[in-house]
Amino acid sequence: MRYRSVLTALATSTFLFTASQAGAADLEVTHWWTSGGEAAAAKVLAESYDKLGGDKWVDGAIAGSGSTARPIIVSRILGGNPMGATQLNTGRDAEDLVKAGLMTDLTELATKEGWADFIRPAKLLDACKYEGKIYCVPVNIHSWQWMWINPNAFKEAGAAVPTNWNEFVAAAPKLKEKGIIPLATGDAWQIDGVFRVMLANLGGKDLYLKIMDEKSTEAAGSPEMKAVWQAFADARDLADPGYVGRQWNEATSLVLTGKAAGQIMGDWAQGEFGVAGKVAGTDYDCLPGLGVHPVLDTGGDAFYFPKNANPEITKAQLKLASMLVSKETQVAFNLAKGSLPIRGDVDMQTANACMQKGIKILADSNNVLPSYEQAFSSDTQGQIEDLTTEFFADKSMTVEDAQARYVEIIGEAK
Amino acid sequence: MAGSRRPFAPLRNLNAKIAAVPMIVTVLVVFVGCTLWTVVYSFTSSRSLPTLDFVGMDQYVRLFRTSRWTVSLKNLAIFGVLSLSFSLVLGFILAALMDQKIRFENTFRTIFLYPHALSFIVTGLVWQWILTPAYGVQKVVRDLGFETFTFPILTDGRFTIYAIVIAGLWQGTGLVMALMLAGLRNIDDEIWKAARVDGIPAWKTYLFIIIPMMRPVFITTLVIISATIVKVYDLVVALTNGGPGISSEVPAKYVYDLMFSRGNLGQGLAASTIMLTTVLIILVPWALLEFRPRYRKGEVSK
Repeated sequence: MRYRSVLTALATSTFLFTASQAGAADLEVTHWWTSGGEAAAAKVLAESYDKLGGDKWVDGAIAGSGSTARPIIVSRILGGNPMGATQLNTGRDAEDLVKAGLMTDLTELATKEGWADFIRPAKLLDACKYEGKIYCVPVNIHSWQWMWINPNAFKEAGAAVPTNWNEFVAAAPKLKEKGIIPLATGDAWQIDGVFRVMLANLGGKDLYLKIMDEKSTEAAGSPEMKAVWQAFADARDLADPGYVGRQWNEATSLVLTGKAAGQIMGDWAQGEFGVAGKVAGTDYDCLPGLGVHPVLDTGGDAFYFPKNANPEITKAQLKLASMLVSKETQVAFNLAKGSLPIRGDVDMQTANACMQKGIKILADSNNVLPSYEQAFSSDTQGQIEDLTTEFFADKSMTVEDAQARYVEIIGEAK
Repeated sequence: MAGSRRPFAPLRNLNAKIAAVPMIVTVLVVFVGCTLWTVVYSFTSSRSLPTLDFVGMDQYVRLFRTSRWTVSLKNLAIFGVLSLSFSLVLGFILAALMDQKIRFENTFRTIFLYPHALSFIVTGLVWQWILTPAYGVQKVVRDLGFETFTFPILTDGRFTIYAIVIAGLWQGTGLVMALMLAGLRNIDDEIWKAARVDGIPAWKTYLFIIIPMMRPVFITTLVIISATIVKVYDLVVALTNGGPGISSEVPAKYVYDLMFSRGNLGQGLAASTIMLTTVLIILVPWALLEFRPRYRKGEVSK
C-alpha cells in the first residue's frame, strides 16, 4: 500500500522527467576551464549554445587542472553515468574509451559539414580518429612553446630585455639581486612543461621528432639531448623555493605584477594577461619557441561526446559538435581563451600581437610539431613527469643520471 | 561450539545467521573477490581498461625500478615508525596527565580530541598554511626580527615527510589519548591503592603494572593507527601533493595516480598487491600470535 504509492510517485516523476526532456535536452558539459581567462571562454560557448534555442548547456566545471578532472570524467563514463559532452585534451586521453565503444560516432556529421576540408592542421582531426571514424571535435590549438616575460621587471633590475632563453639566463643574476624571481613556475605538470618546451625549442625539431615519433633511445641519449637537460638544470636554479604547490595562474600573476620576470607556459596563460587588461608588447611580451627555434606543437582541447541512451541527448550532442567548429564560435571562443582557431579560414585580425606571432608561425606547416599527448600515452607522460619533477626538486641529481633514466623511459614507451 | 540443546545445529540462532549473511557475502565478494581480481590483473598489461593479456612479472620489475615507488616505500616506513611510536607515547602521556583528576578535564579532552573531527584534507591544508615559507611559521619568526630564519620543511625535499608526520600526529594523537584514557579509567582504584601502600613510585606503577594491564587497549589502538598509516593518501595530497619533486610520495598515491590519471591499471594493481603483501607479512604472524591462544583463555574478550 505504502510501497505502491511510493512507486506511483516514482513512476510519475520519471515520466514527467522524460516528458520534459522531449524536444529539448539539458546537456551537461564537463570541463576544467576554471581560471579567469578559461572561464570567460567557457562562458562564450555556453551562451552561444543556449542562443541556438531548445537545448541547454548545463555547466559542469571541475575545479583543478586536467590531472584532477580527467579521472573524474573518465570514471563517470566508465561507471555508466555519462555527461552530455566533455572537454579533454587532444590526443590519447580518451583512446581507451573510444576503443571500448563508449563515445558517440561523429563521422556522419563530419562528412556532411566537410570538417576535413577546413580543420588545420590536419593532424588535429587525425587525433580524433579511430579506425577511420571521428569521435571528437577539436576546438582550439594550444602550444606549450611560449615564454611570457615582463619587460618592466628587467628594466627595473637594469638588465636588457631578453629575446631568447640564453639572454634570459644571463639576466637572471641581476634579477635575483633585485629580489625578482627569474622564472616563475609551479607544481609538477608545469615543471614538466618547461622540460617539454626546452626539448622542442632548445633541442630542435629533429631531436623532438626522433624522440616523439620514433621513440629513439639513441636520440634520447645524444649530446643534443644532454644540452637540453643541462638547460633544464639551469632552470631549476632560476626558480624560487616557493614554487612548490603553486598554481599556474598564480605563477602568471607573479609575472603580471612584476614579482617574477618570466614564465614558461603554454599560450593559455595569455588569457590571464587579457583578463587583467594588460597589453601585449608593452605590459608583457612573449617569446614563442623561447626565441631559439620557433616551432610550436599543436595540442589543445577537444570535446568528446559519451554515448547516451537518450536519443534527445544524442541530437543535442551533434548540435553542439556542429556549433563548436562553426566560424563564429571559433573566433569568439579563441579570442577569449588566447588560443588559436582550428580553422584556417577565419578572420583573426582582432587578435593581439602575441597571437599574431603564433598564427604566423603555424602558417608554415614545417613549424608544426605533434603534441606530447599525441605521441605518448598518459602513462609514459607520467613517467617523464615524475623524472623531471624529481630532477627539478633535487639539486643533487646530476644531468647524467637524469638522462640515463630518460633513455630508459623512452625505450619502454609504446 | 558444541550444540546439543537443539536437534539440528545449522538452524540454531537462525535469525542471527540470516542477519550475518549480507556481511559474509560482502566480505567474500568485495574483499576476497576483489583482492583476487587485483592480484590476477597485476600480472597483465592492462591500461585504462582491464585486459587478460598476461605479461608475467613485467609490472613488478618496472615497479621496483621506478624511483618514485622506492621513495614511496621509504616514506611510508618513516611515516609509519614515527607516527606509530609518537602517537602511542604522546597519547599515553596525555591520557596519564589527564587522569590526575585535574580541573577542566572536559575542556582539555575536547581540545585534544578536536583535530580528529577534521578530515585529513582540512588537516593537510591547515598545516600547509602553517608551514609554507611565504605566510607561515617562517614569516612570523622573521617578522619578530630574526631576518635570516629559514624553516624549509615544505620546500626542501629532505624534510617534507616529517611535515606529514607532524600533521598526522596533530590529527591522530587526540584519538589515541581518548582510547588510553578510557583504558586508564578501567583500572581498578584498588590497584593504585595497593601500589601506594607498597611504596612503588607512580612512574613504576604505570610502566610495570598499568601498561601491562592495558594490553587490550594498546592492541586496539595499534590496529587503528596502523590502518591509517597504510592508507595515508589524502593528507599527502592536501599538504604537499607528493612534492617537491617526488620527495613525499606514498604508495597509496602511486596506486591512485597510475590507475586513474595515468591509465595504467596493471602497474597500479601491481603496486597495490605489493602493499597488501607487505601488510600481510607483518600482520598475519602477529595476529596469529596475538589473538588465537589468548582468545580461548578469555583474556582478550572485549
